[in-house]
Amino acid sequence: MISFSIKPGNELEKEGRDNIPAPLDEIVCPNCHRTLKLSQIQPFRTCSCGYHFRIKARERAMLFFDDFQELFKDEKTEDVLSFPGYDEKLEKARKASGEDESVITGKAVIDGMTVAVFFMESLFMMGSMGRVTGEKITKLFEYATTERLPVIGFTASGGARMQEGLISLMQMAKVSGAVKKHSNAGLLYIAVLTDPTTGGVTASFAMEGDIILSEPGAMIGFAGKRVIEQTTKKELPKGFQRAEFLLKCGFVDKIVHRKDLKYTLTQILALHGEKDR
Amino acid sequence: MRAYDRVRIARSANRPTGLSYINNIFTSFIEFHGDRRAKDDGAIVAGIASLSGMPVTVVAIEKGRTAAERTMRNFGAPSPEGYRKALRLMKEAEKFNRPVITFVDTSGAFCGIEAEERGEGEAIATNLMEMMDLNVPILSVLIGEGGSGGALGLAVADRVWMLENAVYSVISPEGCASILFKDSKKADEAAECLKLTAEDALNLNLIERIVKEDEIGTEEFFTNLGKEMKSEIEKIKNDKDFKEKRYRRFRAF
Repeated sequence: MISFSIKPGNELEKEGRDNIPAPLDEIVCPNCHRTLKLSQIQPFRTCSCGYHFRIKARERAMLFFDDFQELFKDEKTEDVLSFPGYDEKLEKARKASGEDESVITGKAVIDGMTVAVFFMESLFMMGSMGRVTGEKITKLFEYATTERLPVIGFTASGGARMQEGLISLMQMAKVSGAVKKHSNAGLLYIAVLTDPTTGGVTASFAMEGDIILSEPGAMIGFAGKRVIEQTTKKELPKGFQRAEFLLKCGFVDKIVHRKDLKYTLTQILALHGEKDR
Repeated sequence: MRAYDRVRIARSANRPTGLSYINNIFTSFIEFHGDRRAKDDGAIVAGIASLSGMPVTVVAIEKGRTAAERTMRNFGAPSPEGYRKALRLMKEAEKFNRPVITFVDTSGAFCGIEAEERGEGEAIATNLMEMMDLNVPILSVLIGEGGSGGALGLAVADRVWMLENAVYSVISPEGCASILFKDSKKADEAAECLKLTAEDALNLNLIERIVKEDEIGTEEFFTNLGKEMKSEIEKIKNDKDFKEKRYRRFRAF
């Protein structure tokens, strides 16, 4: 049984979606406002109106893949800059997410095809990118290059992790280097953008996929909405920075409903010759 | 000196801007415009020039000095088209085996509606990947503000140098303070936490050299910097593994 996670409060969106005190077996859809029994949104955590609730990294691994073997989990996150409050934040994030970092990486099977996979965990400090986040994803791409495997990566991140300063920023370049080597080896990388994918993750490996898929309604962007409003003093267009907006602007290949994602991934892999290996 | 004092100096309107470096270090600079996709971004000045006889491609973020210039340069906040122009010219440099020098000075990539519509994230991401793989030496000099991804998008290089009072940070001290202390006025404290000075970056092995500012803006300053840049580029050129070392350089972080 997969545990259900209520969408966490998000700095990035203040649209009255958060802080819904739902009974344990009920949830209100932030889109159509209907009260739903948890069983009604199974198994993909989606409302019949199309709204996609946030789900945990490990739930994704179970929903879309037949077998997931975790790799590179021994990397240890440290407070290198002795940043105020970071240790406590990490402790809280570990408790909230049940993970040691904002990403899990490994090897998985989908319709008989072996792939390297990463899943970012938004419950871990909003998926922010620390050194270990970057290190695990880099190792995964290096591993995939050596083993000649495609990579499927699920992004969910508020961006760089302030508490690790420049080290966090450098992860963008580090991961990008590994993505490029993987790409130069003629291997496929499919990025699946989920809510939210912003900042330094958007400005690196989220936008570096050969194919970029997105979940419906996911917020995807570089700068935060409030920053843009403050900078430009303009009202933001409706649906700004949502997956559908990105699709229209030409930065997402396809928006795929969670119920169709496994099939879509399988098809893309097969058309890239992964079935015949 | 407090870290935030450096931030103030780095932002000072009296500092030489990107164009000062181009005009004082190189000869025969020819500016090339546009990304061949949508437009020409005024925040980034790029072209080809001679560095004491060595043909190089130069890319600089320019903040502008007068009010009109600053508007035209968008205060040194590059749009996606700026990163794409830079990349187009870096690829041209690669084709003709010409080293690339970048001068970075930005509070960050532009946070605007159009910038999002045209893929600010995608533009920076592509630069990171392509600069990591560029087959010619790259030297980046942070001359003022190194604002997060907007700076990194032009600073994936074999060598990264920082001016003594330049700063390099994942978030502005004000932004950090408003998140961390819920008070953007505590930027001074936040700046200390962020370890954003040249000295911090050197201690973390994130840069190779600090450029002294005693003579900043003088002819000697630019002449010496030019000489140091040329000899460093020659060193990189003579190392046939430079591209793999660039990968290793960033891989280590």
